[in-house]
Amino acid sequence: MNGRIVKLFAFIGVMFAVLVGFTSYWTVFDAENLKNEQVNKRPLFTAQKVERGRIFTDGGTVIARSVRQGKGASLRYVREYPLGSLFGHPIGYSFAEQGNSEFEAFHNSELIGDNNEFSSIFDELRGRKPEGNDIVTSIDGTAQQVAIDQLAGRSGAVVAIEPSTGRIKALAADPGFDPNTIPTDLNALNQDADAPLLNRATQGQYPPGSTFKLVTAAAALDSGAITPEETINSPATIDIQGNPLANSDGSDYGDIDVTSALTFSVNTYFAQLGEEIGTGTLEEYMDRFGFNSKPQIDLPANQLSISGVFDGQTLLSGGDAIDVGRLAIGQERLLATPLQMAEVAATIANGGDLMKPRIWNEILDPDGRTIRTMDPEKQSEVISEETADQLTEAMRDVVNEGTGTAAALSGIDVAGKTGTAEVPDQERCDGLPNQAWFVGFAPADDPQIAVAATVECTDGQGGTIAAPIAAAVMQAILEG
Amino acid sequence: MSASRNRELLALVPVALLLTLGFAAVFAQNDNQLTNLSLSYGLYFLAICLATHIYIRIRLPDADPYLFPMIALLTAIGLVMLYRLDSETGNELARDQANWFVFGLILFAVVIHFLRDYSVLERYRYTIALVGIALLMAPRLPFIGAQVNGAYLGVKLGPIAFQPAELAKLCIVVFLASYLREHRELLVVGARRILGVTLPPLKHLGPLLVVWGAAMFMLIVIRDLGSSLMFFAAFLALIYVATGRLSFVFIGMAMFLAGAWVIYQTVPHVTDRVDIWLDPYQDPGGAGYQVLQSMFAMADGGLFGEGFAQSMVLIPGTDSPLLPAAQTDLIYTLITAELGLFGACGVIGIYLLVAARGFKVALMANDGFSKLLATGLTTVFAFQAFVIIGGVTRVIPLTGVTLPLVSYGGSSILANFILLALLLLVSDRARREAREGV
Repeated sequence: MNGRIVKLFAFIGVMFAVLVGFTSYWTVFDAENLKNEQVNKRPLFTAQKVERGRIFTDGGTVIARSVRQGKGASLRYVREYPLGSLFGHPIGYSFAEQGNSEFEAFHNSELIGDNNEFSSIFDELRGRKPEGNDIVTSIDGTAQQVAIDQLAGRSGAVVAIEPSTGRIKALAADPGFDPNTIPTDLNALNQDADAPLLNRATQGQYPPGSTFKLVTAAAALDSGAITPEETINSPATIDIQGNPLANSDGSDYGDIDVTSALTFSVNTYFAQLGEEIGTGTLEEYMDRFGFNSKPQIDLPANQLSISGVFDGQTLLSGGDAIDVGRLAIGQERLLATPLQMAEVAATIANGGDLMKPRIWNEILDPDGRTIRTMDPEKQSEVISEETADQLTEAMRDVVNEGTGTAAALSGIDVAGKTGTAEVPDQERCDGLPNQAWFVGFAPADDPQIAVAATVECTDGQGGTIAAPIAAAVMQAILEG
Repeated sequence: MSASRNRELLALVPVALLLTLGFAAVFAQNDNQLTNLSLSYGLYFLAICLATHIYIRIRLPDADPYLFPMIALLTAIGLVMLYRLDSETGNELARDQANWFVFGLILFAVVIHFLRDYSVLERYRYTIALVGIALLMAPRLPFIGAQVNGAYLGVKLGPIAFQPAELAKLCIVVFLASYLREHRELLVVGARRILGVTLPPLKHLGPLLVVWGAAMFMLIVIRDLGSSLMFFAAFLALIYVATGRLSFVFIGMAMFLAGAWVIYQTVPHVTDRVDIWLDPYQDPGGAGYQVLQSMFAMADGGLFGEGFAQSMVLIPGTDSPLLPAAQTDLIYTLITAELGLFGACGVIGIYLLVAARGFKVALMANDGFSKLLATGLTTVFAFQAFVIIGGVTRVIPLTGVTLPLVSYGGSSILANFILLALLLLVSDRARREAREGV
């Protein structure tokens, strides 16, 4: 029997080898896949064991911090947002069960101290637990508060950018949410018809209306299609693509140059200008301004919307049939986010160069030492400085004598452009027909801040509804 | 004689040291002051082991020197893991298990005392078989039977709950060893070759059919795939060793698979277990939760493990389990998560070494019954480890058998110490006879 006993032992050895094989598979070979499984909550719980870094405003006010709960093996940290709904957008939330969103999601690795693969392995060997880094944002807490106050419960958004660096000074959207309530209310918030979890500043797609005339004017001037002095006869009504198109005030402006056309937002002028420069040129300048692709801001791509001409959900390009005359005045299925329109203003304010928008400004290690500072980066050279100056002059007139006088600030020269677009989905707005816009910057001769403000579903005009919001936010930042 | 006992004594020292270190580590992890409590646990453990060692020295001086230290090592690993779990859950499983360890050793001593001549077992083999079957049936009896997760494995007598299958496995191995010792020649002679396959005479297929029927019966009655697999595998191993006929094994396996297939189709609990094994993601929050969490925890373990007492057993901030039944079914997962692939291989290695020593006992034994008894006991022990480790690593469907000596559970500890006693009895006789040149 002895030979058979040895064979039996060999068989058991093989079976145990199978056990070792399967254990190796789960622990090593398939481990990465298992960690990425949707139903695997362990990585989230593990992240909870790390004291996630804090998030500050530019003035050092705490936006988000982690509070210790339990001890020993059940020790964990839970996120707390002392300012409540003020920073629901764009900071988002971070909870083990509900996951991460917006800024918290984009900067997750820095916040949990996952600096790089090499140092974390090194730390592990030394038995050091990872610690989260703090992030100082560039957001001005006062300006953010002013933006929310000025929206005053109306659905809309405000974005304020420092033109020379791309630093986001305010990024507010209403309705918002209090991130502290996410663990209990996430489902209810998801089902809320007002979509409070939608960051209207970066995800809201609205017809930009006349504010888009800045892009048309920029393309026309910069491409050399017109000179600043050149005039176009601009009657009260013209035919564009077989359909009549009128000026909003019904006036016949006669022969006017681009400055006057912007000042009084003359539709018939820009529609003809659009047809003159053509879809190709206009599209090229839109691309340079950042349209037709996701904004290059430090927020997750799935929480950013593209600005461009849409047919339903489909982004149209130059090859598609586009009514360029109406596109030139911000109609023709054109949709833009408030962030995109703020980037347009910031580009003009920065002498034609678009800087990549950035919410983060500085990363500090757990001991408070600066690890990294935001290095302003140019996204594209959109227009020449000369064109930018010409546009600035025209935008000054808009605020001084045109449609945007409500954006004027005492003692500060403001440049801007209003817009009042017709809401495409009237039903959603209970018959309130307009999307009110104001984009601009100040001081006009040395721009420190560029702003876009918009309000959904209003019966007012961009100049009366949106311009005062933008003015208040600019004032808060310039005075701060 | 004293050489082997001295080896045993020497081997016990690192075991006690490991236990001490393990308890000390749990203390350190919990930010508790490192008291001399952990040291006293170690000393207490060493003292009990020493007492047992002295008892073996007196009663079984020639017995295998490595079996007891390795069994003690497995128990120590179990105690440390349970103590580590207690520190998180606030239970006192480690203390209970330590008590069972002491009871187990007392039972061990009693068995050795009264079964000095274990051949008496042969005389009562049918009684033993009946006891074994009665034990298996007990969980289905009214009033005392208890159902856990759809399987009938437990019995509750007032405050005492135990798993009779643990004891039944010993009864059945004793019966099979005795029965096959007597009938093995009959099973071999008269075999015919049909279509190139050696087949035993039909009338001797009877016992095979009976045991197969018993295994199927267990599947239906106690609904536990793991136990029935373990019993049937031990039976096939024994019949192979007894007769040398692989055809028995293949026929048996085919019959088991066929029967299991029919039962898989008809018994809902078995269907669920198998479906979850094939695709745990179909119900990740319910039926598939345990095996999925087992895989996820092992993935976190990696090569070296997350570190002792570092892996998550409870959902942080709650009392809900993230690793359900970590003290019993998933203790191997817990070891893998915390000590990594290397730690897990270490544990498997210990079971393999126990099997090696057990088979060595069988090899050295001089009579058929002793050989088959040692083989059967070793096989059932090794297969039990395989069934539960295979269950948590998804080699086979996950079932509720314990990881011998490591999992929490009094019945398992008691049964395995009886198993150890029987192995040492066989070993002592074999080695004494070898020494005396019989």
